[in-house]
Amino acid sequence: MKGRARPSRSIGAPVLNSLPLAAELEAARSQMAFTLAFHIILASLGVALPAMVLIANYRGLRRDDADALLLARRWSKVMAVTFAVGAVTGTVLSFEFGLLWPEFTGRFGKVFGVLFAIEGIFFFLEAIFVAIYIFGWERLRPWAHFWAGVPIVFTGLGGAFSVVAVNSWMNQPQGFSPTSGDVTSVAPWKVIFNPAVPYEVPHMILAAYLVTGFLVASIYAVGMLRGRRDRYHRLGLLIPLTVATIATPIQFMVGDTAARAIAADQPVKFAAMECVQQTSTDVTEYLGGRCTTDGIKGGIGIPGLDSFLVGFSTSTQVTGLDSVPADDRPPDNTMLHWAFDAMVGICSALILLGLWFWFAWWRRREIPQTRWFLRATAISGVAAVVALECGWIVTEVGRQPWIVYNVMRTEDAVTQASGVWVTFGLVLALYAVLGTALVLVLRAMSHRWRAADDSDAGAPYGPAAPPPPVLAEGGQ
Amino acid sequence: MSSADAVAAVLWVGATAYAVFGGADFGAGFWSLVAGRGERGRRARELVDWAIGPVWEANHVWLIFTLVVLWTGFSTAFEAVFSTLFIPLSLAALGIIVRGAGFAFHGTARRAAAREGAERIFGLSSLLTPFFMGTVVGAIASGRVPVGNAAGDPVTSWFNPLSLLIGALFVATSAYLAAVFLVSDARRADAHDLERYFTRRAIASAIVTGVLAVAGIFALHADARFVYDGLTSDALPLVIVSLVCGGAVLVLLEHGARRGVRLLAMAAVVAVVWAWGVAQHPYLLPTDLTISAGAAPSATLTALLIVAAAAVVLVAPSIALLFVLAQRSLIAESAGPEARPKPRQIA
Repeated sequence: MKGRARPSRSIGAPVLNSLPLAAELEAARSQMAFTLAFHIILASLGVALPAMVLIANYRGLRRDDADALLLARRWSKVMAVTFAVGAVTGTVLSFEFGLLWPEFTGRFGKVFGVLFAIEGIFFFLEAIFVAIYIFGWERLRPWAHFWAGVPIVFTGLGGAFSVVAVNSWMNQPQGFSPTSGDVTSVAPWKVIFNPAVPYEVPHMILAAYLVTGFLVASIYAVGMLRGRRDRYHRLGLLIPLTVATIATPIQFMVGDTAARAIAADQPVKFAAMECVQQTSTDVTEYLGGRCTTDGIKGGIGIPGLDSFLVGFSTSTQVTGLDSVPADDRPPDNTMLHWAFDAMVGICSALILLGLWFWFAWWRRREIPQTRWFLRATAISGVAAVVALECGWIVTEVGRQPWIVYNVMRTEDAVTQASGVWVTFGLVLALYAVLGTALVLVLRAMSHRWRAADDSDAGAPYGPAAPPPPVLAEGGQ
Repeated sequence: MSSADAVAAVLWVGATAYAVFGGADFGAGFWSLVAGRGERGRRARELVDWAIGPVWEANHVWLIFTLVVLWTGFSTAFEAVFSTLFIPLSLAALGIIVRGAGFAFHGTARRAAAREGAERIFGLSSLLTPFFMGTVVGAIASGRVPVGNAAGDPVTSWFNPLSLLIGALFVATSAYLAAVFLVSDARRADAHDLERYFTRRAIASAIVTGVLAVAGIFALHADARFVYDGLTSDALPLVIVSLVCGGAVLVLLEHGARRGVRLLAMAAVVAVVWAWGVAQHPYLLPTDLTISAGAAPSATLTALLIVAAAAVVLVAPSIALLFVLAQRSLIAESAGPEARPKPRQIA
């Protein structure tokens, strides 16, 4: 342990503590990975779904479009339920900063914490305006209601910036001193605008729009495949798919820039992503394959392409994993490499889907009606989520063994409390129930809507019931 | 006042707001739990649902705000608290997960066959969080949380008479606040039976809270002398304010007063939270870590204070808007049948 004094308990028994500690570290990493992977889906919806709702709402009011208004209204209920669950899973993450990584937060909370404080404001405003928007459909004036929703879009962007900037800082830490031991001086601006922010933040915000767009579109694609091809379904597919297919090619370019920046800023992470064992020029780009210390086994190799992608010339030198001791290399190299390839592959496929959509739109001003297009759109939502998760695997596993890149190792950040395996088990069980309930509730809402039962009993954002006496008297 | 003290004050504002608004939410869950079967129980639960809906989310943001200010402004204290008190904080988090899920889903769960069981689980979760948060406060106040990564005892730090008593006090306070709020909500909903129902419960829980608070003072005397001494000296005016407000609430409830009850009930709780803060000043972790010793570097403190000022400018009017709209029933009403495509203004 560097820097801070450890409690005497562990100084007295370092050997005894080392074995359970390694196990606790695995439990803590697993719990963090699992809860983050769960939360990021809801967080993406929280960032991007309000925009879809407001686009539909705007169209509905502007053009007196009843279908668009109905979509906006129903999506806002989905937004409400995912927002509420996301708030819970987000609260869990903030507990985990202390429960799992007390030394990380104890040493660096004073450095990155300001970003979370800023996020707190955004989240607060978001919670307030989500509540006003969700509960305001009936009694606020239509345009006032619309404008009550607009802040949600911006607070979502601001919140995403603040949180992702913390992750950027963990990858490119700066703005504090000294770098070992207790931090005594902080430069907040350098922390907030660390070098990884310009590519990591837009990458995540675009991911949120892309994932949300394809997810929502995929639901209406399934509906159309089942024969519900009315205007309501076509519009429900059109709005999110338009947003997603605009975001996808931009995302591809931002991701490409990010990869090049990582090759420069975190060469070992990049080497692990691309399975580059030895530092050299003319490095082959491999798709798939199994990473071993002897080099990659299997996979499709394109000679020189990796060097070209890094520096636009095959003579570009790419740093290999051999540049650092084995202890300083990310674990699970093959998984990391596959996650990276899967993310890029899915994004490429989604660009093709977008080209198909835009070409058809340009020719006929209509969504392609072939079953193959609808099938592709139907799986695009899940595919986009897989790409999102792969992206987080790349950035988080690729940063290991560091929690703060080149400054603090993850094993030095973990709690000394025992019992993380217990909480991890509990979290797995609870989140399984939470995830199942979420899916069941959303399905139940969709079934009710299809049955044209638009009563709000069971409305997503908690109860939207009239006062009890009314219920008691009428009951219908 | 140093900037470290100012940030500590911001921290206390967040903790106070969570104690009042989060507490009222958990307390409402408590009343849902004990409402029982039958017609009256059902109506009480419905009132709780109706009253909480629009403000639930914002109430819980206070917790996140408090955690963030703690780990940013006083990282060392955050590390010590969250590692030593791993067990009660994990259980408090468990309560938050289940309560939040209950909130998100119970509209649908209400229709489900297993709704009784589901409501029971949601209600029980409302006990977990305030109780274990109370044990955490007890552990801190009694000096059982030393600086370091899990340096304190993982069990006896919070499993001791004082901590358990403060845990019970937190549950009672939550129930008391919620009952007082629900009296007003029942009146707003024109449910006179429920108004009487919650008035009786508000009075009962006020008395229980008062008894536990007095017992707590004896326990502090025995086990947390530093805080006890503070409460009986510097913080004594706040203790008296709390007593007076609590007493006034009882009298007003007895007489069925319409105005001021909620404010006085909140004031009683706010005064106690601040009495605790004043009593353990200048310590964050009595008597191991002072506010100034545990504070972040000055640039971080300044940034935090700027963010807090921005929060006041941006969040305060928004939250006022939310509460006003909710109180005027402009956003609490059922969204009605969706077959009517265009939202209309009714008011």
